[in-house]
Amino acid sequence: MGVMMQRVDCLRSIHDRLEDCLVVTIMGAVAAELQSVGHRSNFFYLQHAMGLASSTGLGLALCLPEQRIVVFDGDGSILMNLGGFTTLARYHPKNLVHVIFDNESLLSVGGFPTATATGSDLAALARAAGIAKAQTVHTLEGFKTAFDEAMAGNELSCIVAKVDATGPKGYVTELSLLENRFQFRRHIQKITGK
Amino acid sequence: MPVSLPNSRIVYDALKKCGIGLVSALPETWLVHLIRMAEDDPEMILVRLAKEEEAVGISAGAHFAGTKSAMLMQNHGFLASINGIVSFGQLYRIPLLMVISYRGHFGERDPWQTQGGSATEPLLRALGISYAFLDDPSTVEKRIAAAQTLAASSLHPAAVLLTRDLMWEE
Repeated sequence: MGVMMQRVDCLRSIHDRLEDCLVVTIMGAVAAELQSVGHRSNFFYLQHAMGLASSTGLGLALCLPEQRIVVFDGDGSILMNLGGFTTLARYHPKNLVHVIFDNESLLSVGGFPTATATGSDLAALARAAGIAKAQTVHTLEGFKTAFDEAMAGNELSCIVAKVDATGPKGYVTELSLLENRFQFRRHIQKITGK
Repeated sequence: MPVSLPNSRIVYDALKKCGIGLVSALPETWLVHLIRMAEDDPEMILVRLAKEEEAVGISAGAHFAGTKSAMLMQNHGFLASINGIVSFGQLYRIPLLMVISYRGHFGERDPWQTQGGSATEPLLRALGISYAFLDDPSTVEKRIAAAQTLAASSLHPAAVLLTRDLMWEE
């Protein structure tokens, strides 16, 4: 295989598509890189509680069926909440796009390999849980196409993006956790009136 | 099954009265009527879980969306959710109304429930989570409303413990 896809390039390539969505990310490289590409008030970064970004997305999706929800997850996080796949599949929110960046490692703690490094297939797990529209992509073009299709579609979809195990120099950003949390809530209040 | 249907109805009505629009649940014996009531209620979003910790994320999402929610769980589900409660609910100041069936306490006949029973209150106290007992049908509505009020004003988890006196008839 040639040069691996970089997570930050994926985020950059679709950043303009996120303007009208509600975005939930996991901690670590995904949060830091999305902020480096450009923070918006409709982005929430779950800087701990690994595994619960997808559950947060489900709560949002069920309560706000008119909004498009995008979750940026990771292999280490989703492996902590594989049961969450079955809950997502059970309620099948049509307005949820679940992106999983799979770098086959727990990067921020030193790059220890996760089970996807030894063959566990997250897209296959998602399909087996009942999320029919689940696929793995390896190239930036493939990622962009899959993301645009998922956004245009009206079905719960899961995109596993195989990315290089590299990340930013640091993970702590200027944006405080609580500032982000209240800003996100205010944003939703403003756009929905709820 | 001697789980009290009338008292389950009182608990459910109290949740409705304080504006709960979403409940997440993992079935356990004392919660069966409450889950069926949520299922039969067209106004209620019911999320059946694989594991209770998911409920923290779902309730946080609901809170961000402006929907009040309640987490129905057994105390062992509370034990299974502690990282989510601490590193999402408490870290991010999310109001979580936890309705916990208090198994393994006085009167418990199932040996497997007993260890979790003795750990429940010490853990709630260690986490600084205020809690009240639901043991008398006449005070259920007031206590659930009070717990919801505190969760919302403190932006913090609050718990009510469903007791054997309330939930079990024999």
